[in-house]
Amino acid sequence: MSTLEIRDLHVAVGDKEILRGVDLTVRSGETHAIMGPNGSGKSTLAYAVAGHPKYTVTSGTVLLDGEDLLEMSVDERARAGLFLAMQYPVEVPGVSVSNFLRSAITAVRGEAPKLREFAKELKGGMDALSIDPAFAQRNTNEGFSGGEKKRHEILQLELLKPKIAVLDETDSGLDVDALRVVSEGINRFRASGDTGVLLITHYTRILRYVKPDFVHVFAGGRVVEEGGPELADKLEAEGYEAYTSKASA
Amino acid sequence: MGLETKPLSTLHEKSSYDVADFPVPTGREEEWRFTPLSRLKGLHNGTAAVTGGVVVDVEAAPEVRVETVGRDDARLGKAYTPADRVSAQAYSSFEKATVVTVPKMTAASRPTVITLRGSGAGAAAYGHILVSVEPMAEAVLVLDHRGSAVYADNVEFDVAEGGTLKVVSLQDWDDDAVHVSHHHARLGKDATFRSFVVTLGGDLVRLSPSVSYTAPGGDADLTGLYFVDEGQHLEHRLLVDHSVPNCRSNVTYKGALQGDGAHAVWIGDVIIRAEAEGTDTYELNRNLILTDGARADSVPNLEILTGEVAGAGHASASGRLDDEHIFYLQARGIPFDEARRLVIHGFFAQLLEKIEVPEIRERVLSAVEAELAR
Repeated sequence: MSTLEIRDLHVAVGDKEILRGVDLTVRSGETHAIMGPNGSGKSTLAYAVAGHPKYTVTSGTVLLDGEDLLEMSVDERARAGLFLAMQYPVEVPGVSVSNFLRSAITAVRGEAPKLREFAKELKGGMDALSIDPAFAQRNTNEGFSGGEKKRHEILQLELLKPKIAVLDETDSGLDVDALRVVSEGINRFRASGDTGVLLITHYTRILRYVKPDFVHVFAGGRVVEEGGPELADKLEAEGYEAYTSKASA
Repeated sequence: MGLETKPLSTLHEKSSYDVADFPVPTGREEEWRFTPLSRLKGLHNGTAAVTGGVVVDVEAAPEVRVETVGRDDARLGKAYTPADRVSAQAYSSFEKATVVTVPKMTAASRPTVITLRGSGAGAAAYGHILVSVEPMAEAVLVLDHRGSAVYADNVEFDVAEGGTLKVVSLQDWDDDAVHVSHHHARLGKDATFRSFVVTLGGDLVRLSPSVSYTAPGGDADLTGLYFVDEGQHLEHRLLVDHSVPNCRSNVTYKGALQGDGAHAVWIGDVIIRAEAEGTDTYELNRNLILTDGARADSVPNLEILTGEVAGAGHASASGRLDDEHIFYLQARGIPFDEARRLVIHGFFAQLLEKIEVPEIRERVLSAVEAELAR
């Protein structure tokens, strides 16, 4: 049983305050959707929690099972059980997918997987996401299409098995087939019931495949409305207009 | 520079076996301006005492002929004429030369390894090596520089029609070594030359690999990898002179630098002369600057004197480790040091794959590892 607890989080990029007091709690077994218009600070929340150096936390706390994530380095946060699936996964020249994943698994599990078991695990993971096995020898994300990058993020999610996963617009740029494959991956990850998901999205489309328990509407750097899955339906019908005017008021 | 003007590269056209034909460099000359002359220990001005020793040891493939010859051997200096003062000094000062011959139509069954081991940086030594690949012959050669020395030499690679020579030159000197070297490849019709230079050790290494073609169809790949630490000056000066039609060249050098006073210099000169129609050439240099206080000078010069080229280009970039690469790996739990190591390995990975001698590839890999562990 794990809990990610975000309290009164304020985050700035340079002099500009982007997050203005975010409160959010994600527990194992729960899926939270954060929805909001472009520029509302959704991605900032994801990167700030993961520890990207561009974002400065000016006040507030982020706890994972009571441990202060903000005191940890980026890699310590990941080893503590936090995962960020990125909207724009980074191309790392010369580092093969296989080598990258083996290094990541070794770091997160604390010991190197046996080569044969790793190969089997990798192949199984790639099969489940319809990733061509040849990708294992390719450089990480280099020359991957948008959809291939997102599948690769979900492959990492399934292999690293974090306690809490933050998925930053994993659905953007996917066609329907890829969206289904990626959603199935997320659902496999959720199936155990002992993991929590924070799903950041602009569109309601992915929520047809990955059913949220809670929906939070983000605008102007904070949560402006919360509800159950029905809130997503309302957003689909009415859009964000009501919230953007509210936030700027 | 228009076509009427003399080639920029005329500085390479002065060549002579006589030291006196080259004035003592002052450091203001284009070809010397990056080199800290005070650290050459007199190799450039005739003050170096020639009592030092570099022991040359050859472990040859069975098909290959190895000789140690005197200065008067008529084969020496045919493929290459010294183009600067230190080179001329070396040419006029060496006592014994090593001649490696790969006989006609013969494929050497294993690499020939020439180990050059310095016995101290207190005094200077000069050397000369000629590698002659006869028509349709094929060989792999390793030049392995170790120990400590103040050493200047010329290495001639003479590859005849249809021949193939692959060379790995490893500068793995001790910290106080000074090495100034010219590697020249003269390629006959349809000859293939592959050079892989790895420079890791030494206080000052200045290596000038060059290529000339005597007939069409020559194909040269010049690859280099260097790792410059605190206080080291590692300089690579490349020259590919396309003077006949339909030859190809590719130059790829990559280096990493760390520590105060780490200095890398890369000069990439490619001349495509008016006669050299159908030339295909590309040169690239990249430097990864890992710490403050390190400096990379990278100067590509591509001089095209004909309108009829198949391809010609160059690229040069020097920069820091990309924070986004490191963040991505760290976000997957990989600690900073390991992430940095992976990214630097990645930077060199494609080059390392090109080293065809597995033992050397392993050695270079572990040397890079050791550099990263510093």
